[in-house]
Amino acid sequence: MIGRLLEGVPRRGLAMLAALLVLLIVFPFFASGYLLAVGFLILYFAYVGQAWNIMMGFAGQLSLGHSLYVGLGAYAAAALYVHFGISPWIGLGASIALCALAGAVIGFLAFRFGVGGVYFAILTIAFAEFARIGFDHFAWVRGSSGLFLPVANYTENDLWNLRGSPAMFYYVMLALTAAAFVLCHALLRSRMGYYWLAIRESPEAAQALGVNIFRYKMYAVVLSAAMTSLAGVVFAFYYNNLFPEQIFHISRSIELILGPIIGGIGTLVGPLVGALLLTGLAEGMRELMLQLGVEVPGVKQVFYGICLLLVVMFLPNGVWPPLARKLKL
Amino acid sequence: MILRLEHVSKSFRGLRAVKGASFELTEGHVNALIGPNGAGKTTIFNLIAGVYAPDSGTIVFQGKRIDGLRPDQICAAGIGRTFQIVKPFAGLSVLDNVMVGAFLKEKAPPGAKRVSLEILAKLGLDSKRNLPASSLTLPDRKRLEVARALATRPRLLLLDEVMAGLRPTECDQMVAVFREINRADGLTILLIEHVMRAVMALAGHIGVLHHGEVIARGTPEEVVRNPAVLECYLGEETEV
Repeated sequence: MIGRLLEGVPRRGLAMLAALLVLLIVFPFFASGYLLAVGFLILYFAYVGQAWNIMMGFAGQLSLGHSLYVGLGAYAAAALYVHFGISPWIGLGASIALCALAGAVIGFLAFRFGVGGVYFAILTIAFAEFARIGFDHFAWVRGSSGLFLPVANYTENDLWNLRGSPAMFYYVMLALTAAAFVLCHALLRSRMGYYWLAIRESPEAAQALGVNIFRYKMYAVVLSAAMTSLAGVVFAFYYNNLFPEQIFHISRSIELILGPIIGGIGTLVGPLVGALLLTGLAEGMRELMLQLGVEVPGVKQVFYGICLLLVVMFLPNGVWPPLARKLKL
Repeated sequence: MILRLEHVSKSFRGLRAVKGASFELTEGHVNALIGPNGAGKTTIFNLIAGVYAPDSGTIVFQGKRIDGLRPDQICAAGIGRTFQIVKPFAGLSVLDNVMVGAFLKEKAPPGAKRVSLEILAKLGLDSKRNLPASSLTLPDRKRLEVARALATRPRLLLLDEVMAGLRPTECDQMVAVFREINRADGLTILLIEHVMRAVMALAGHIGVLHHGEVIARGTPEEVVRNPAVLECYLGEETEV
């Protein structure tokens, strides 16, 4: 199994990955609280970017509503914890089920009736917006006044209830990101991965080669939604507050797809590189502005816009493919 | 008899592209469907391959009705096809293109890879297996179409103008490949072709389509002497 996973992976690539992993593991021992928070964000965006990439990068289905899955996942686990004291590790079962179901409903409506391309993207936005407005009036999770998780000063990490230090959250997110990376790598080499890429490149040709395109597009949406929900769970327990206006907002959906777009859609490493570049640079710039004493609202958005513009103009396949050639991978 | 069409019709917004076409293919034979542009050849292909369902009539493959099934179900039933306008998976390598087809019968990647390499060798594409499909020339793209379709291990292969755009020597190579596949595996072939050189060299049976109707059927010799055929189609091509 492991042998097959490693087959054909260049030694250099493996060594670099191992080095990166070690670096990420030791990072909290040296990082300040602020840097650790940035590190968590980078991993968070790398993970959700990877999940989104399954749908868009592999199967070619553009989702602009992934905040729906982040939000549903977050709310499901948080509400179960707040109301019944259920551990998020159990609650995430509900999150996964709920998001898989939501993904299946959206996928079914779209693919059964031949909705594709931009129209599919609009449908995903619509569902995220339904959720945003619906949750504003959903009293069980406190509606628009927000759902808060009980917070105390924790002397030790309670991993079972996800209560504890930022370093614990960082490691949980790191484990998720690493697992997603390995999973996507394995998927790309499987029959399902080949079928996804075929559907992305030419649905008609894929179908003529015996691929049930409806079924495989459904797999992509459901898997992507389920994976994204896990990020939502961690997000909820890390920030301890949830507002429909924020978590379901379209800007959150856009934010999470920038990483893979800038890193390289459809590549394994793209979401990681994209998240590192975007979040790292954006936070670095914010810090710089703070030091300089200038405060410009919305500077992060402008920065994202410029990054996107540059990548679209000069590196239409993202940063990673040319970088990989430079590194001889 | 491997495939039988009975009174198959298909209209597009009032234009009757295929009018009550009937014919059957004998297992193991190479058959050609010829006819002038707009005669309905590609429509018949698309009806067999499941891209469209016929308005009326039935299509029976190996004793089972297949009209109305989806293209992937028809492929799984054992009919492989190529596209007249080639549709390679441009971003994937040549080998990966063929593996997509091979995965129909070989669920595990190593098996699919083995089958794909065999087929690539047969079509003379093995030296290009790691190139992206987008970098191939048109003749190679046509070969890739055939390789992908063969990788699904069909019992009937539909070839939609795979010779178009090939030079005579390339055309002869292709003919040799199909002869070999037909002889060795007993694969039934139905080809749509304008290149009479290939049709005459390959096909044992020819059907002539004109304005959506089958106007003549028979061996190449019979067909080219048929006055109706000469009138509608071959009249100008006196060298045949």
